[in-house]
Order: sequence, then structure tokens, then C-alpha cells
Amino acid sequence: MQFFFEVLIGGLLSGVMYSFVALGFVLIYKASGVFNFAQGAMVFFAALTFVGIQEMGAPFWLALILAFGAMVLLGMATERIVLRPLVNQPHITLFMATIGLTFFVEGLAQGIWGSTVRGLDLGIQDEPIEWLMDKAGILVSSFDLFAAGVAAALVTLLALFFQYTRVGRALRAVADDHQAALSIGIPLQNIWRIVWAVAGFVALVAGLLWGARNGVQFALTFTALKALPVLILGGFTSVPGAIVGGLIIGSTEKLAEVYLGGYVGGGIDSWFPYVMALAFLLVRPEGLFGEKHIDRV
Amino acid sequence: MLYREAGQFKTSYAADQQIFPIRQDRIAIGLILAVAALVVPFVASEYWIKAILIPFLIFSLAALGLNILTGYAGQLSLGSAAFMAVGAFAAYNFMGRIEGMPVLLAFIGGGLSAAAVGILFGLPSLRIKGFYLAVATLAAQFFIVWALTKFGWFSMDSSSGVITAQDIVILGFRFDTPVSVYLLVLTIVVVMALLAKNMVRSSVGRAWMAVRDMDVAAEVIGIRIMHTKLLAFAISSFYCGVAGALYAYAYLGTVEPEGFNLDLSFKILFMIIIGGVGSIMGSFLGSAFIVLLPILLDVLIQDFLTGLLPPSISSNLQLMVFGGLIIFFLIVEPHGLARLWQIGKEKLRLWPFPH
Repeated sequence: MQFFFEVLIGGLLSGVMYSFVALGFVLIYKASGVFNFAQGAMVFFAALTFVGIQEMGAPFWLALILAFGAMVLLGMATERIVLRPLVNQPHITLFMATIGLTFFVEGLAQGIWGSTVRGLDLGIQDEPIEWLMDKAGILVSSFDLFAAGVAAALVTLLALFFQYTRVGRALRAVADDHQAALSIGIPLQNIWRIVWAVAGFVALVAGLLWGARNGVQFALTFTALKALPVLILGGFTSVPGAIVGGLIIGSTEKLAEVYLGGYVGGGIDSWFPYVMALAFLLVRPEGLFGEKHIDRV
Repeated sequence: MLYREAGQFKTSYAADQQIFPIRQDRIAIGLILAVAALVVPFVASEYWIKAILIPFLIFSLAALGLNILTGYAGQLSLGSAAFMAVGAFAAYNFMGRIEGMPVLLAFIGGGLSAAAVGILFGLPSLRIKGFYLAVATLAAQFFIVWALTKFGWFSMDSSSGVITAQDIVILGFRFDTPVSVYLLVLTIVVVMALLAKNMVRSSVGRAWMAVRDMDVAAEVIGIRIMHTKLLAFAISSFYCGVAGALYAYAYLGTVEPEGFNLDLSFKILFMIIIGGVGSIMGSFLGSAFIVLLPILLDVLIQDFLTGLLPPSISSNLQLMVFGGLIIFFLIVEPHGLARLWQIGKEKLRLWPFPH
């Protein structure tokens, strides 16, 4: 039983990491209807930029600000160069454009900073917490707990931002109905720029945490693939969905690997989240918290 | 001046409904096929045939398959490489396990196996749509590659799932020179492209397009959604499966499941987007573009920029140019090369007196 809980908690906490990436997807999808496949590449770009600046001798906070600035620039450039000419195109075209963007950003990141694997130290120990080990006999990494804390802070921050600021209200209006938002004078393009900047910020946070965990390397771009089942489970348009979906995917993935993986030769975590999300979609086609879509003729 | 249809009267239904109603088109297609079958084998170097023409034809076939599903039936799929893998491994098993199996039958068997798997993974499309479906097809992509790697049965217990294709022998003739393999692939692709072209012009294709444009409306006018969608999945996977079998037998010779990864799926998706979604012609144009572009970039970068840039940067530059070009294409012509081709033809019809 203790082992079960240990796996469960480990899974939940790694699910938090998936949620970070899924969150970036949700923000952009909600505001502009773009399924941004480049989110994984943005995570990679952010982490690499941060480490690159730090290696040049900048202190932590300066690197953070500069990396954030780079992400904002990237988001704005994307809006201006890629999205604006593609307004009113079908969703699949926009999706394809973001795949193109993925290649571009990956090339750009490695072209600027090189493709060697780098370590990233946030100053947080990735060790089990002794207190919990003594009390309950469960191994929980302090780093995972820290990540969970950051997630909670980030979601609270985003919720406050969406709920109580002028820009946040405008964002919600745009997400609700583009045309209605335009007609009451909300500048759509500004809003999109802001959303991409916010998504860039989320990507930076995700990149820092993933980078500190696994090293800053090309494999970071695959985090996008991990986030996709989270996304369809939670629903494309829901911020809480991204978090809950991440927790469900993370925990079941680990439990399945431990308890089922043995029977089929292991390595099932590459596809298990997808199959589970798929099975789930058969019951609720719009995900847990997604908006119900009604077709009219 | 040459491209005029004036004076070509259609006096029968057959003439009205033929694939190329304009005589000049028929002549052009005939010429292209003649050059491809009779001239290319004698003039093209071995490198061109093996590294460019054969993969071009095979990818065209795979793009054709995806275009049927995504372009005509409107079901976005990110798992086409997995269906190619099923085709390749099924053909390998048919050849290896059944004594004296004709290789063409094995290819068809590979295609049919892929179709069966395609129907299975197409089932969710009855419930879910759009991007949800696209992500769901990723389940097929990861699951199939994992299963082929993990279970030795599929690769007849070769180490880590690597299979080496048997020789292609048809009626005692051994296809071992690049030219003969090229001609075999060309024949298969032409026949299957013709079938596809006729399929999308028939009631089946119209049903697909109705479902693509609006499935609720299609259901209202009496199209069986389940039947139509699953048929699209089956036929699309069949095409991908045959393409996969050819990929293993005619192109690479030795393949592993990991070779059919997500990147390959994306590559095929790029082909139909750049070539033209919902166009048979577009599948070929897109395939040519995606096969030739990296080679062209390689040559350009090597010829003009050697010495200027270290190799690590030039490979990243390639990535950037590739991504940038895709975005550029989508912005300039979202309907792909096939649409450009059509515009060109319209212009040519009026040329040189457009008024």
C-alpha cells in the first residue's frame, strides 16, 4: 500500500509537469482558436535561452527577465508574421503553420545556443524529503513538491489576471466570441500578442522546471507530445482541465507502468496516456471540462 | 495558344465524364507517363532513381492515402507513418511465413492489414472530431510502433524489430536493379493513383466530401456516416500500407519500427498541405517538393556556404528554412501547389489575349 501511494504521489507530481506545457496550449487555443503545436519548441527555446544567458555570466534574475523578454518577442513576431496573414484560414492550416513554426523555433534555438546538453540548476534539491520518509515511509522529491507549488502559484496568478484585470477581461471576451469582442472595440491583435506573450511565460516556467529535472536538451521539445493527452482529457479550452488532466494522466501513467507494464514488457508510457485519453473521449467527446459543441445545420 | 479547348465537342456521356476532358491534358499526361516509363530509366543516374525518384513515388502513394482521409473525408490524421509500418511488417510476415507467396499479393496483404488496423483506429472518429481526433490518431502512431518493437512475433523475432525485406521476384523475374524496381513502383503508383482519382469522382468520393464539409448535413441527406468515415479510414490506410510495404521492399530494404515515427507522419502531412489538400495531383506535387527540398537545401548550403558556417549551424539553418518555407507557403497559397497549377492552367487558356 505504501508503495502504491508512493507511485501515486510521484505520478501526480510528474503530472503537474505535464500540466505546465498543457497550460500554454490552452491559453492560446482559448484566445485565438489556434492549436499551437510549437508550444514544446517554445519550452525548449525558453529553457535554452535562459541557460545560454546564464552561461554568459548573468545572474539568475537577469537571465529570467531577458529570457522572458525573448519569449515575448518570439510571441509577438509569431503573431505578426505567422498568424496575422493567416486570419480566417481553416484551423488545419493554422495548425500546420504552427508545425512549421516548431521546426523554425527548434532550428533557431539550436542555431543560436548550440545543441549540447546543458544542466540547469535552480538551487532546489531533487532529493526525497526526510521528514516524510520518517513519518510515512513515502519517498517524495522536494523538487516535485516545489514544482507543484509553482503550478499552484501560476494558476492562481493566471486566474487573478483573467478575473480582475482589464486585459484579462478582454482576453475572456475574445475567447468567448471573436466577433462580438471586435464589435465592442477590443483590439484583437493586441490581445493575441498578449496571449502569446503569456504562453511564452508559461513555456519559460515549464522549460525551467523540465530543464532542471532532465537537463536542457532537444528532448524538451517532446514535452509537447506528453501534454497532448492531458489536453484532450481536460478539454482544449479549460485551464483547470489542463491541471486536472495532467494529474490524472501523470498518476495513471505511472501506476500503469508499475502494475501493468510488467505483463507486456514495459515501456507502455509512450502510448498509454493516449489510449486512456482516447477511451475517455469515447464517453465524453469534448474532454472533462471542454465546451460542449453543438452542430447545427 | 496551344492550350485551347475550343472545337472539342463532347458528344457522349463517356466523353463528358472522362478524367481529362481537355485533349491537351490527355496528351500531356500521356507524355509524362511515357517519359517516366520509357525515357527516365535510360537517362537517369542510379543516384537519381534510388534516392529521389523511388522515394518520390512511394511518398506520393502515402500522401495520396492521407489525402483521401484528410483532404477528401476531412478526418485529420497524424498516424499515417504507423499505417505504413503495419503495411511493411504485414507484407514481411506474409512473405516470410507463407511458402511461395507472390510478392504483389504480399503487398496487397500488407495494405489490407493496414486497412483493418485503420478501421480499428478510425472507430473513435465516429464520436470525436477535429483536433481531438488528430490527437487520438497519435495513439495509433505510438501504440503501433511500440507494439512492433516490443513483440518479436511481428518481426519474426529479429533483434529489436529490424526487418530485412526479401527479394522481389514476380513470375520468376528478379527485381534487383534500380531501374526494374523503379518501373515496378511506377506501375503500382500509377494504377493506384488512377483508382483513387476514379474513387473520388464517384459516389464514394462525393459522400466523403459531403462528410468533410459538414457531417450533420451529410447525415441529413442520407449518407451513412459510420460507413463513409470507416471506408475512408480503410482505404486511406490501405494506400499507406502499400506505400509502407514499398518503402521497405523497394526503397530501404531494411527497416525498423522506429523508422516509421511521428516525423514521417508529419512529413506526409506536409506533403498534402503543400501539395494541396483534397487533390490527387497535389499529393504528387507535395511529395516532389518535400523529397527535393532537403536535397536542394543541402546542395545550396554546401555549395555557397561551406567554410562560412560550421556544420552544426548549417543543419539548424536547414531546419529553419524548412519551417519558414512551410509557413511561407501556407500564407501565400493555403490551397497548395495544386491550386497554383490550376491558376496557371486558367491563365494559359486565355493567354496571350486575356480580354
